[in-house]
Amino acid sequence: MAEAPILEVKNLRVEFPTRRGTLVAVDDISFSIAPGEVLGVVGESGAGKSMTGAAVIGLIEPPGRIAGGSISLAGRRIDDLPYEEMRKVRGREIGAIFQDPLTSLNPLYTIGRQTTETILTHLPVSQAEAQQRAIGLLREVGIPAAEKRIDHYPHQFSGGMRQRVVIALALAANPKLIIADEPTTALDVSIQAQIIALIKKLCREHGAAVMLVTHDMGVIAETADRVAVMYAGRIAEIGPVRDVIKAARHPYTDGLMASIPKVGRTDARLAQIDGAMPRLNAIPRGCAFNPRCTKAFDRCRAERPEPMRVGNSDVACWLYDAGQGGTR
Amino acid sequence: MIAFVVQRLLQSVLVMLAVAFISFALFRYIGDPVLIMLGQDFTREQYEMLVRDLGLDQPFYVQFAKFVVSAVQGEFGISYRLARPVAQLIAERLPATLELSMMAALLALTIGVPMGVYTGLRRDSWLSRFFLTISLVGVSLPTFLIGILLILVFAVQLGVLPSFGRGDVVKLGSWSTGFLTTSGLKALVLPAVTLCLFQLTLIMRLVRSEMLEVLRTDYIKFARARGLQNRAVNFGHALKNTLVPVITITGLQIGGIIAFAIVTETVFQWPGMGLLFIQSVNNADVPVMAAYLLLVGFFFVVINLVVDLLYYVVDPRLRIDRGAASGH
Amino acid sequence: MLDSDVFHSFRRNPVVVVSAVVTTVFVLAALLAPWITPYHPYDLASLDLNDAFTPPAWTEDGSRRFLLGTDDQGRDVLSTIVFGARVSLLVGFCAVLFAMTVGITLGLVSGYVGGAVESVIMRVADVQLTFPGILIALLIDGLARTALPRDLHSEIALYVVIFAIGIANWPQFARTVRGSTLVEKSKEYVQAARVIGLHPGLIMLRHVLPNVMGPVLVIATLSLGFAILAEATLSFLGVGVPPTRPSLGTLIRVGNDFLFSGEWWMTIFPGAALIVLVLAVNLLGDWLRDALNPKLR
Repeated sequence: MAEAPILEVKNLRVEFPTRRGTLVAVDDISFSIAPGEVLGVVGESGAGKSMTGAAVIGLIEPPGRIAGGSISLAGRRIDDLPYEEMRKVRGREIGAIFQDPLTSLNPLYTIGRQTTETILTHLPVSQAEAQQRAIGLLREVGIPAAEKRIDHYPHQFSGGMRQRVVIALALAANPKLIIADEPTTALDVSIQAQIIALIKKLCREHGAAVMLVTHDMGVIAETADRVAVMYAGRIAEIGPVRDVIKAARHPYTDGLMASIPKVGRTDARLAQIDGAMPRLNAIPRGCAFNPRCTKAFDRCRAERPEPMRVGNSDVACWLYDAGQGGTR
Repeated sequence: MIAFVVQRLLQSVLVMLAVAFISFALFRYIGDPVLIMLGQDFTREQYEMLVRDLGLDQPFYVQFAKFVVSAVQGEFGISYRLARPVAQLIAERLPATLELSMMAALLALTIGVPMGVYTGLRRDSWLSRFFLTISLVGVSLPTFLIGILLILVFAVQLGVLPSFGRGDVVKLGSWSTGFLTTSGLKALVLPAVTLCLFQLTLIMRLVRSEMLEVLRTDYIKFARARGLQNRAVNFGHALKNTLVPVITITGLQIGGIIAFAIVTETVFQWPGMGLLFIQSVNNADVPVMAAYLLLVGFFFVVINLVVDLLYYVVDPRLRIDRGAASGH
Repeated sequence: MLDSDVFHSFRRNPVVVVSAVVTTVFVLAALLAPWITPYHPYDLASLDLNDAFTPPAWTEDGSRRFLLGTDDQGRDVLSTIVFGARVSLLVGFCAVLFAMTVGITLGLVSGYVGGAVESVIMRVADVQLTFPGILIALLIDGLARTALPRDLHSEIALYVVIFAIGIANWPQFARTVRGSTLVEKSKEYVQAARVIGLHPGLIMLRHVLPNVMGPVLVIATLSLGFAILAEATLSFLGVGVPPTRPSLGTLIRVGNDFLFSGEWWMTIFPGAALIVLVLAVNLLGDWLRDALNPKLR
């Protein structure tokens, strides 16, 4: 990366103390995002991707907490900021888009009110100017007749339109990083592509980097520059999208790619990975994927693999340990 | 909008008729009014003459119609016990009950809502826990016992407040008010406090639980993710959304005040409708019971109607049924 | 069950444990009343009017014989409280049982049968719920009083009160059970049962009842608190249990007349007993509701 990364996460660890012991939702992960880059974070439900996004924006619900590591935004540490300082970062420097646009918007306020409120909180502009900016934003996200619709309530918009409003709200104060947590999962398939394209276009125009959390590999393939594959709270593989999709190195990623049905293939059965991702209170020793891995060997069961550089990616798999004799 | 109002009005009229029907059934078929009026010795002719005079030999629907018509005109018959027109008795007693109830409702709202908001926002402070404990005790204390305890402390031991009656009242037209005299106000204190306590705890717990629900929603999470200030999040968004359902339920609580007024008036010998009702139950004074039922039913129906209309005004989702939803 | 989350939450919460203990003590005392009270207050032969108006044992004019003092007829207040609690608990439990039976049945029926039957039952429940329970109980009690001849009424007054309070309480049970029934009805095993030829209703019952027991238990406990209070209120107003079987409410009413002449113990002690009992029951119900609420876990 030529410039300094906009987001740098080092050895992040998120824990949930429960009555029966501490659950580790995110276990010592490290990654970075370059300015303007789209990083996809992909994985099954429960892999820890949403939790990572929540940690970055500082909205982990108690009793969960960040138990270790650091998160830095443009070189400045943000994981240990007091609440009020972090509040200023949110919205202004980091924006968020959540999964369900219907529940993300307060039904009792007009979208204009909710937009201008966000603008006024972060930017030193007048009410009138905030109003103008709000209308401009709505136009940008593709809402027709923005000057009229600014006084409408959320329930007067369709699902796709609402998500556009949410995107406008996330971009309202011109943040440098957007965390998009499953932004299209709750939408009709026909609209998903539009919304994803919109996010990509706007972020590029505004110069914002995106951390795109999803379980949909297709979205990643369309949109992301790099992708991180998460499994059981850890990063299995992280690298450029082309590399990870076309030439997956980690056995888990390989299994994921193989299990996506491809148009034109006439194989009889869909490939699948046997077993299921372990629950947080039953993570195996060593590499978390080892019970399901067809290529596992002794070391996999004993030691947890560190991310190792292979080509342009980092892979956490003992298969690629140079000392072990390289790739098998 | 008009359609909604008309529909609700019609519904209310129907419910009123149902209540009137029950009241009428009480009046006409419970006990034998003729027997009660004639006393011990009477001849068959006297019985039958009285039956004709009272119109009790008419068909059922005719009697019901006459009942409804007289009720609308304020004519409820004669009290068995006191041999005076029921309407007059009610007119005398109504101001006392209404003043007491309004005072109690006011107290319950102005103390209960802030307490509820506070315990919702600051869940773990000691003050919150204190309020919650008090509220639990409040719900378990029967109203009459509270009254007795207050009388014991303030009237018997300390001697600062009167333990029964209304004090001096001033007549304004047909309304007698205790607000304008010191003795009237002093007499109002203990009964109003007694009456409001139960409602206060209910309102507080309701507001708190609504607040907690609202604080867990996605739109609050999104508001925080946009970096809105705490004050805006808690009072601008959370509070407004909390109060909407609270309004309706509070309106319905007025019913509780009317019901518990019966108890309070008995404890303090407050000359209101509740005391009248209990005395009539004790003495099988059916006309008074029937009239009370009608009146209370009327109050309830009116309150329900007002609450529905209020909800309609406050929640935009109900207002616009032909939304301008369009496009994607 | 002992290992469950619920029990664990119970043990950790001292207030709730105390409440459970208190409730058990009350119930046991009520059940064993004739054997454990120092005196039998309703045995007229054992009363001595000279003992009347004795203040509690720790005051100046008190006597060790009557720990909490005596009333206007010379009855030992402690004993009257135990017997009074007996009546209060009896009415409370019976009323809740009645409400449960009616409510669960109507809930099952309306959920299973659906259609007009369901609409009518639920409408009635909703309308009834807008009126405060006390008022409903009062109305029914008042109606009975006027409809029945006086002596018949005194005989069955106890049942009338139980009936009145029970009727005031059935809607919550009905609504909850109906909700569960609807959920089960839409499940596939019901259709499967029909296909096989088994009666789907019986199968549903087997599945609905266990699912619904949790919330029903919570409602039952909270209703118990309400029922005891309702009975006390009715008795205090003079329209509750007959004076021959006084409950805590009756005791408070009778004692209230003597409050001004200074014999405060006749009202305060039964009052305290009532508060403690209802508080304990309510605390149990509150805790149970939180412990069984899947959303809060």
